Amino acid sequence: MYPYQMGRAVVAVASSTPWRPVLARGLILGLPFAGLMLGPLPARAQEDLQSIRREMRREMEEMQRQHEADMKKLQQQYDERLKRMEERLDAAQRATAAAQAKADQAQKTAQAKAPAPQAQTPAAQPPTRTVATQTPPSSPAPQAAPETPPPTEAPAGSTTASASAFNPAIGVVLDGKFMGARRNPNSYSMPGFALGDEAKPPPRGLSVGESEINLQANIDQVLFGNLTVSLDHDNEVSVEEAFIQSTALPWGFTVRAGRFFSGIGYLNEQHAHTWDFADAPLVYRAFLNNQYGDDGVQLRWLAPTSFFLEFGSEVFRGASFPAGGTDGHHWGVATWSAFVHAGDDINESASYRVGLSYLQTKATKRETDGLNGTDVFSGTTRTLGVDGIFKWAPDGNFADRYLKLQAEAFLQRTSGTFNDMSLPHNTAWGFYAQAVYQFMPQWRFGVRYDQVRACSLGNEFDGTTLDNRGRTLRRGSAMVDYSTSEFGRFRVQYNYDRSRPQPDQQLLFQYTVSFGSHGAHQY
Amino acid sequence: MRLRHIRTIAAACGTLLAVLASAAPAFALNVFACEPEWGALARELGGSDVSVFVATTGRQDPHQIQARPALIAELRRADLVVCAGAELEIGWMPVLLRQASNARVQPGSPGYFEATAQVQLLEKPARLDRAQGDIHAAGNPHIQTDPRMMRIVAARLAARMAEIDPAHAAGFGQRMRSFDDRLAQAMQRWQATAAPLRGAKVVTYHKGWIYLLNWLGMEEVGTIEPKPGVPPGSAYLAQLLDQIPKRGARMIIYAAYQDPKPASFVAEKAGIPAVMLPFTVGGTDQSGDLLGFYEDTVRRLLAGLGPAR
Repeated sequence: MYPYQMGRAVVAVASSTPWRPVLARGLILGLPFAGLMLGPLPARAQEDLQSIRREMRREMEEMQRQHEADMKKLQQQYDERLKRMEERLDAAQRATAAAQAKADQAQKTAQAKAPAPQAQTPAAQPPTRTVATQTPPSSPAPQAAPETPPPTEAPAGSTTASASAFNPAIGVVLDGKFMGARRNPNSYSMPGFALGDEAKPPPRGLSVGESEINLQANIDQVLFGNLTVSLDHDNEVSVEEAFIQSTALPWGFTVRAGRFFSGIGYLNEQHAHTWDFADAPLVYRAFLNNQYGDDGVQLRWLAPTSFFLEFGSEVFRGASFPAGGTDGHHWGVATWSAFVHAGDDINESASYRVGLSYLQTKATKRETDGLNGTDVFSGTTRTLGVDGIFKWAPDGNFADRYLKLQAEAFLQRTSGTFNDMSLPHNTAWGFYAQAVYQFMPQWRFGVRYDQVRACSLGNEFDGTTLDNRGRTLRRGSAMVDYSTSEFGRFRVQYNYDRSRPQPDQQLLFQYTVSFGSHGAHQY
Repeated sequence: MRLRHIRTIAAACGTLLAVLASAAPAFALNVFACEPEWGALARELGGSDVSVFVATTGRQDPHQIQARPALIAELRRADLVVCAGAELEIGWMPVLLRQASNARVQPGSPGYFEATAQVQLLEKPARLDRAQGDIHAAGNPHIQTDPRMMRIVAARLAARMAEIDPAHAAGFGQRMRSFDDRLAQAMQRWQATAAPLRGAKVVTYHKGWIYLLNWLGMEEVGTIEPKPGVPPGSAYLAQLLDQIPKRGARMIIYAAYQDPKPASFVAEKAGIPAVMLPFTVGGTDQSGDLLGFYEDTVRRLLAGLGPAR
């Protein structure tokens, strides 16, 4: 505490004139040279310096003991002593500087100018520790070694300051795809499911995916803000995320408000460009319109346990599929969710995270595109999910090789009215499991299996969107990707897709790059 | 209905009490160290007054760490975070800090200590452009390989620990001086034994050794990575092999966490030894603590240099 504060105090004094630290640095750099060039005089001066430092150290120890008795008293003494010591140190430094000035006159080196005006300055050197004295003057001067300066301390609490330093961290994500598919994605449907507007494969041919602009920064001492704007290939701009989040709540609580992706599941909270496959799993596509994001409030609590244990709950406006048509709802809160995540290291090489989630949404005259025109649904959808992820790398070193296993399963229970028909309680289910292996730096290989099934309903639903035709929908995918760096990735993916009434095959090429400020990656 | 309410409230109170109890001050200062060298330093300075958790090992690339759930749990109860800083941990620490919701260790608070902020960094890039590879705006963050840097950081870290835990300030100061004396003595010894290394030219794998080379008066005449973080291609390696004899490189050095194959390949072709160095505490079996780490580094470099010609 004491050397630290002392260092700060002295630097504070010194920095009242901005050129003094520079001079001090010049002095620190100059000392060994002076020692090499002149010999007796600066050597003596350095000995003085060292003895003063030793004395200072002893003084500090003594002060530390006193501090425990009386803090205020100490502060006064401390300042006085500091002042005295500074004066002495200053005197010794002047002697050294003078000696060096002589040496410099003789040897017209680049270091000549730095210590010259030193005579006028008080000690700008932090008295905690200077390294100049640690390089023994007796060490032989290297012949071929590069002339690099010895390490020096940074001034305490040093930061760069400029108006633009307050700019938020800005990151841009660009995504482009090429897709070849046997069947037209525009006529996509999954038997038994009413789908949201995003729930289909990417368009055929070349297209840009979602281009994202992300801005984030601490708003003040207790708030963090994040904005992600997304531009899709139809030139539509949408606010993907816009939230504020607490940073300083006690006891492990975090509150978030605004628009964000729900914390349910594993993939849901992550941006699509960080996914290991170019498209969403079928169960996400059918149950959550790829991802559930909405306007709402989230509360998380991180338990004070030795392993990771987190609880969270959210309320949402309910504007996103499977909710919709919120305005008819009394409080304007049509969705709520709860989730718990747990995880830990298994050993140095392996770690895992598991989760359990529940999402309840209320739809009021939600409209979706169906087989026979627009479908209208009012009712409640309850989604229950489990997720698990396991990561392994030799010695926990993810640079060369690693393995990532991931699986999620959901049940979705729906009831209400569908196109004026009464829809009884019915349960759909689905899951995906995938494995991704980085077999050498920059190269990864992955496989994924998908399966979903809607509930078989009565005859009155035959021929409607909700008719599952007795089918279980399946898809198998394989991908290889190559990363040019942490910021650029090229991927090729093949899908054998039996989620449509007729089987489909898709071949996707994708690039995903990010530039701007370096984003951190979630587990 | 009423009974249910009372039960809910009782449960909530119970939870709250449990939380409060767990938040009560522990006996030891909980230190979360991002890299093993800073964990080792915190142990040197803190002794039995601290409980140190180290997030990574010497066999892991510190640039590529996963934001593992276990790290969030550890950060949640940390009183002090000690990291290299200078964006070395930018790929994983920000997300951990945000998820850990621990106000004591957020950047800017006393509980957040960056080692590289305590010293003047070298190799501050003049041009900030990702086309230059994985460069760090603040300068080269791998300062731990120079014991002179370690001495500066030790003094500053002891001061910070005393600030957070004044009750143990005397102990931190004492152990800092003891560590400093031992290190200073060992440095005098190394200075003598490492004298043959002065002026020796080396090729490095990653630009992570500038501080070590600076300390020992050695010179870097090439890198296996064409740019920091970028794996070499065959054309670049051919060019490097051509340059090695011309520039008089005596050995190739690489870190324990790096794949030995590229370094061995180049070394074999060029007819010079490839020397694996611990890079941090725990990188090799002989580098169990900081002094052992420097000792082993010097020993391996001397062995790589071979008998005096």
